[in-house]
Amino acid sequence: MSAGTGGRTVVRLGAGVLHRWLALAVVVAAWEVGTRAAHSPFFPAPSRITSRMYHLWFSGPATRLFLTADATSNVVPSLLRMATGLAVSLVAGVGLGLVLGRSERVFAYVDPAFQFARVIPPPTLVPVFIVVFKLGTQMQIAAIIFSAIWPILLNTTDGARSVDRLQMETARVYKLSAADRVLKIIFPATLPKIFAGLRLSLSLSLILMVFSELLPGTANGIGFELTDAQSRSDLPTVWAAIVLLGILGYVLNAILLAVERRVLAWHRGSRGTDA
Amino acid sequence: MLSIREVGHSYAGHVALRDVNLEVARGELVSIVGPSGCGKSTLLRCVAGLMRPGQGRVVVGGAEVSDVPDDLGVVFQDYSRSLLPWLNVRDNVALPLRRRGAPKEERRAAAARALDAVGLSASARRYPWQLSGGMQQRVSIARALAFRPSLLLMDEPFGSVDAQTREELEDLLLRIRGEGMTILFVTHDIDESVYVGDRVAVLSRAPGTVIADLPVDLPVERDQITTRELREFVRLRAEVGRLVRDGAP
Repeated sequence: MSAGTGGRTVVRLGAGVLHRWLALAVVVAAWEVGTRAAHSPFFPAPSRITSRMYHLWFSGPATRLFLTADATSNVVPSLLRMATGLAVSLVAGVGLGLVLGRSERVFAYVDPAFQFARVIPPPTLVPVFIVVFKLGTQMQIAAIIFSAIWPILLNTTDGARSVDRLQMETARVYKLSAADRVLKIIFPATLPKIFAGLRLSLSLSLILMVFSELLPGTANGIGFELTDAQSRSDLPTVWAAIVLLGILGYVLNAILLAVERRVLAWHRGSRGTDA
Repeated sequence: MLSIREVGHSYAGHVALRDVNLEVARGELVSIVGPSGCGKSTLLRCVAGLMRPGQGRVVVGGAEVSDVPDDLGVVFQDYSRSLLPWLNVRDNVALPLRRRGAPKEERRAAAARALDAVGLSASARRYPWQLSGGMQQRVSIARALAFRPSLLLMDEPFGSVDAQTREELEDLLLRIRGEGMTILFVTHDIDESVYVGDRVAVLSRAPGTVIADLPVDLPVERDQITTRELREFVRLRAEVGRLVRDGAP
């Protein structure tokens, strides 16, 4: 590639980023103008939503990372529940998926049941969760797990089933121990699929995090704050919660993508997409 | 060292191998040559213990092969699939040594020696996919060497590289052999089978069976140009070529 086309690529990339953010800025500006003109109590202006977000959550002291008491008692518990649910889904989904993917027999037994279970919308299981788990955190985390585990589990299973035959034969020839086969070959070979599942599970767990906070027995959380504000007709807070959820989803996904880029550098490299 | 006795195998009605007999002494390099689809790879997989032949048996070092024998190294044709893309070159080479229970430092030292032997010391920290095809196949060879196998199986190892790299790799193979390592070298290239071999076993078209077992009476020191000019080389190549083409002595 010549320097000229390289320079042009950079310009094009820069222009791409600019266009994306420019479009967002235009939409927000139009929203601002439109809501100010309309004076509807249901559609506060973005500037009002932003200032509500600031006062609600981010105007705390510097020693507490500018988080207010409201943020630590609502946003943080929400994120902790989501992180716990996602972490359990990841560990259980990967562990189970590796077993399922490498054992034809277990797979044959369990797959029909899993295919059945995974299509059940998690919200419909809430009555069951209420009976089985304690109201509150336990049930909320269970709801997140029941939703977030499937993409990870099914992707891991699929990935572990399709490990290259030659890689497994290499492991056999060189007599790798069972642990080494899993840790040095099957798990890394499955990682691209695991990340694909994790991306889906991340957005699902965010959805279920909010949903689970709309259930009885909830005392805090972003979802709780949202319904609470709704019952008080505090629309700026409702909108603030919605925008916060959007930002959280975006940021968490960006973090996951950054981790994936690092961990799976070999994957992109070996496919010749980015050496 | 290696004894293949009356080995036969069929896949769903298609007879791939029939009555294959071959004896290989310790330290020998025997080429197995034959037309495509004659069951060469099947035979090698039976020797490696990766599959069991339908008939007959394979004996390695006095013991019948039922699982992968100890002290076995294999170099596959498809290096890009056999090397692990998530490990760098050194860790790929050191991986088989884990089973020997050597400490990490020792494994790395052994990997470094093997990489040195194939001329890849400078690439130890790179990843397989950053290397050319010929270099990747050198890594596979280094991985087999580091393991210090008593039996090395090579399945069309130079089939996927360009002609010049192929000659380099053939010479590399001739350099690293010895020290009691027995090598079974499968190829469909007639010149190559003669150039690297102490003996050439010719397999017939499917169902594959050994139709000739020819000693290669060439000097130990071989050279890509002068060896190929020798009358014995030319004669052998023609003989093997006729056998492969006509399928009968």
